[in-house]
Amino acid sequence: MSNQLPGAIAIGIKRGNLEIKQFFRQRESVVFTLLFPLILLAIFGSVFENTLAPGVTFSQYFVAGMIASALVNTGFQQIAIYIPIERDNGALKRLRGTPMPATSYFIGKAILVTFSMLIQVVLLLAAGVAFFGVNLPTAGSKWLIFTGILISGAVVSTILGVAFSSVPKTARGASAIVSPVVIILQFFSGVFFVFTDLPQWMQQIAAIFPLKWLTQGMRSVFLPDSFATREIVGNWETGRTFAIIAIWLVVGTALAIRTFKWDRD
Amino acid sequence: MKPVIEISGLHKSYGSFQAVKGLSLTINQGEIFAILGPNGAGKTTTVEILEGFRAADSGVVSVLGVDPTIKGKAALAWRNRIGIVLQSTQDTDDLSALEAVTHFATYYSNPRDPLEVLALVGLSDKSNNRARALSGGQRRRLDVALGIVGNPELLFLDEPTTGFDPEARRAFWQLIKQLRDEGTTIVLTTHYLDEAEELADRVAVMNNGEIIEISTPALLGGRDGAKAIITWREDGVIKSAESDAPTQYLIALAERFKGEIPELTIRRPSLEDVYLSMIGISGMGENK
Repeated sequence: MSNQLPGAIAIGIKRGNLEIKQFFRQRESVVFTLLFPLILLAIFGSVFENTLAPGVTFSQYFVAGMIASALVNTGFQQIAIYIPIERDNGALKRLRGTPMPATSYFIGKAILVTFSMLIQVVLLLAAGVAFFGVNLPTAGSKWLIFTGILISGAVVSTILGVAFSSVPKTARGASAIVSPVVIILQFFSGVFFVFTDLPQWMQQIAAIFPLKWLTQGMRSVFLPDSFATREIVGNWETGRTFAIIAIWLVVGTALAIRTFKWDRD
Repeated sequence: MKPVIEISGLHKSYGSFQAVKGLSLTINQGEIFAILGPNGAGKTTTVEILEGFRAADSGVVSVLGVDPTIKGKAALAWRNRIGIVLQSTQDTDDLSALEAVTHFATYYSNPRDPLEVLALVGLSDKSNNRARALSGGQRRRLDVALGIVGNPELLFLDEPTTGFDPEARRAFWQLIKQLRDEGTTIVLTTHYLDEAEELADRVAVMNNGEIIEISTPALLGGRDGAKAIITWREDGVIKSAESDAPTQYLIALAERFKGEIPELTIRRPSLEDVYLSMIGISGMGENK
């Protein structure tokens, strides 16, 4: 008889597999997480066919924003909606009654986010290139920033999703509370419209939250450097972007640890 | 007998409401211990403290020699020895019974074989069905499968047979007795008195945050010495009498009828009768 408990990472990976399996078995999650962004791309890419600057179509601008949004959809939105559902249906309490380490639960969620995020990003890029004439960057440095924004964005978005998961009190309320937050942030952060065209107060509110910076970071990857002069301060602010993500990471982690609830009451 | 659970002077309040008032209790290894009581009696609070889901305000609680509020790695080692079947959950809807049990088995150091567990709860032929497609009783058996897959020394069962048909309940009781006979200690909360009577080695009746009595089902509330209830039909109406000498009473009755007594029944108070009178008495004057 062995008394050695399985390791937290090993269990976490198994939880990740399980989360992915459950993800694909829930039609609504597949449609909303994977298909909905493509539908948005199709609509916006077809409605706004204007050119923002030489060589920069609205689609190019929009794809950058949608990839930043993918981080928020698959991280923040997915996690902040699903944790309250799991809290409400008793899944969390059941898990807490087992020797599964709490870390394993979050590793499983991180695997789910990574997986769905990568699918969404690849789908957006493929559709953008295939149907909307989006140009992919060629410089290695651009891909480096892309990877940096992708990873740090997914992490901060997921952690903020965990922190926000204690706000909705019920499973029913989760989607109604979380989705509007995301959609409003998308409007304010320059995903659906050109950021510099927005009213100043919207820009200022957006600048508090990470999505604006993730969006700007993705523009620095997908738009030519000449376009940087059209940003608010006239450059991509890459350093500041990562600094603000780092601050949110610290704040989000502290909040998530303090507020996470396994039980309904 | 070795105590598995020891509680003394347990108090728990929610705001000004005292849910548990100075409860003391010992549960021994290898027994099925049932906790009975009306809603709000403090059963759930007590059990959740034992399960480590809630912290007591005061008192000493030891479960398998460990304080359930323990944290960190030691908490996981403790949970490795415990199985918990909560009230119904829908969290495994998108998994097959076998997938769910196989996955939960990976949390434990010394799990049972998932197929064997499914056979034990009678779900072998449903092992590849999604939990969503199972009936209420089958889901409940899957909950039990998830609770026992870790090979627990101590198993908590909260209303385990809600939604079972009579046949499934019989089969389930057989399973619980089998687990007990293998040495598992079982703490059962139930609303079904026949279930407590069938399964429990000892029962505790709780009301208003206190234990009224702990006894075996046969002796609870002085049931063994209680008066028998005799009913029959006379002059077109059902009459009844209570007697502590029912045989004598019956002979007298038979003489009066000169033979067959119409619609005769004699019964001892059921566990339910005793329980209801216990709850009624201690609940008097406290109707809110």
